[in-house]
Amino acid sequence: MTLATSRKEPVANVEVGDEGGMGYLERLPRQIVTVYLPLAVFVFVLLFPFYWMAITAVKPNHQLTDYSNYSPFWVVEPTLDHIKYLLFETSYPGWLWNTIVISVASTFVSLVTSVFAAYAIERLRFTGSKYVGLAIFLAYLVPPSILFIPLALMVFKFGIYDTKLALIFTYPTFLVPFCTWLLMGYFRSIPYELEECALIDGASRWQILTKVLLPLSVPGLISAGIFAFTLSWNEFIYALTFIASSENKTVPVGVLTELVRSDVYEWGALMAGALIGSLPVVILYSFFVEHYVSSMTGAVKE
Amino acid sequence: MSIAVARPEPRRSWLERIDLSQGRNLLGFLFLLPAAVFLLVFLTYPLGLGMWLAFTDTRIGREGVFVGLENFELLWEDSVFWLSVFNTLLYTFVASVLKFALGLWLALILNKHLPFKAFFRAIVLLPWVVPTVLSAIAFWWIYDAQFSIISWALIRMGLIDTPINFLGDATNARASVIAANVWRGVPFVAISLLAGLQTIPPSLHEAATLDGATPWQRFRYITLPMLTPIIAVVMTFSVLFTFTDFQLIYVLTRGGPLNATHLMATLSFQRAIPGGQLGEGAAIAVAMIPFLLAAILFSYFGLQRRRWQQGGTD
Repeated sequence: MTLATSRKEPVANVEVGDEGGMGYLERLPRQIVTVYLPLAVFVFVLLFPFYWMAITAVKPNHQLTDYSNYSPFWVVEPTLDHIKYLLFETSYPGWLWNTIVISVASTFVSLVTSVFAAYAIERLRFTGSKYVGLAIFLAYLVPPSILFIPLALMVFKFGIYDTKLALIFTYPTFLVPFCTWLLMGYFRSIPYELEECALIDGASRWQILTKVLLPLSVPGLISAGIFAFTLSWNEFIYALTFIASSENKTVPVGVLTELVRSDVYEWGALMAGALIGSLPVVILYSFFVEHYVSSMTGAVKE
Repeated sequence: MSIAVARPEPRRSWLERIDLSQGRNLLGFLFLLPAAVFLLVFLTYPLGLGMWLAFTDTRIGREGVFVGLENFELLWEDSVFWLSVFNTLLYTFVASVLKFALGLWLALILNKHLPFKAFFRAIVLLPWVVPTVLSAIAFWWIYDAQFSIISWALIRMGLIDTPINFLGDATNARASVIAANVWRGVPFVAISLLAGLQTIPPSLHEAATLDGATPWQRFRYITLPMLTPIIAVVMTFSVLFTFTDFQLIYVLTRGGPLNATHLMATLSFQRAIPGGQLGEGAAIAVAMIPFLLAAILFSYFGLQRRRWQQGGTD
């Protein structure tokens, strides 16, 4: 987070002094009521579930439900039992590994295909490229909740049901349109003159792509990659439908279906599972927060 | 080095191709091929297959035959289906309105001159980054019937006497899932609108202030019109994802109590996968499409029309 804070300045200063607007006209007491108080409430509500998750994950079982002797907001003797249980007595490490493999593979596949597709649509301008661009955007609007039933049937027929391949092949259905759309926007921001110069110097299209355009679009590629990784890490309905055996599950599905036993909820272990499952995306996010924010808003602004 | 060796030949061929539009088309076709094949096989085909399935009586492990509109006729008389339609519309409408109102408010706050602004911006987006299922599990614990922290705090403050039955009562359950959805959706709306706010030139606000405009007038006649295009896009996405939501409901209530929180997506899943009735599940999914199109068209055109009414460009 500190990294993000210090890195952010140049971007924020694009419109120097604009952001406060005429905030200097407002007096401090008024500002406290109109700005700081609501902001504090927002931040508290938005962050409280994470705090609750973290505090539950390290609470000993007897304190979990004993609100009369222990304050629920604090923990007296923090314990790592829940985390130990999770890592050594459940299939959690396996789910973590599956999620990593699936997310990395589907991100890689989507990124490669999207680069070519975005380059073709945005720069080659072949006949009908505008319509293809529109079709790609519409493809992103098709929700997984409509597709999962026919996809389940197809996955079964292809014989990849209950394997990682089922997810690696189906995740790009939402990743490819998204990444292509994002990269199209990014490629558009790179001056066409650079490519023309390269063309005149005798570079082939392939050389232009790999030696001119791609090095310039590294930030765009990073954003697309982070987004694709996060989206596949968070995916749930396909993973729930196409995976049956415990050892092939991803973290969200595994935590929900395997850690919840009939009537005894092991809240400590559940919260530890949710916390550890969130950490990779949160860490990734905190390193690339500026890429994340700018590409998110960029994609919306297109 | 390899470039130097390979240069003479590709140069001629590429220059030739650039002049001819067929060459460009061929290359475009080749570059587009992987993505196109992928999307045709795993997106367009399943979309068609889903529509076909809706007209068959396919079950898990058994090929179906064409049964015409039978699935839809069954659904037409199915009160649970209509309840899920009502729930979905209610959920989408209330959650979207709240997300928009709170998101805009948060965006306006973050647009003020604040210390540690970047830090706040990063923190605020966290609920949107974390996997929905995992944060929903945290909410499940927060909404626990006996040990809910909210109930405990309210009892300690003396506002209520008994713990609130968050997920066991129809009205409470609906409010609880909407609250959890809003919690997750507000950051996305806020950060997107914040980006829109930062493109509004401050000189407009300064000029209006000099002319004696009140803060409300500045918001109503400067901020809102300038923000409309971005609101249209953000809310279209927000409505779309809320309407097709599945994860949150599946974790928190699985449609219960008494189907009071069943959305069309969760009902479709329940009928198709655990229930085995793939045809019926597909029919529910297909029934979502007209609603989806209507919601997209409404939020997109409804909001976009203002843009030319204001005489804006683009």
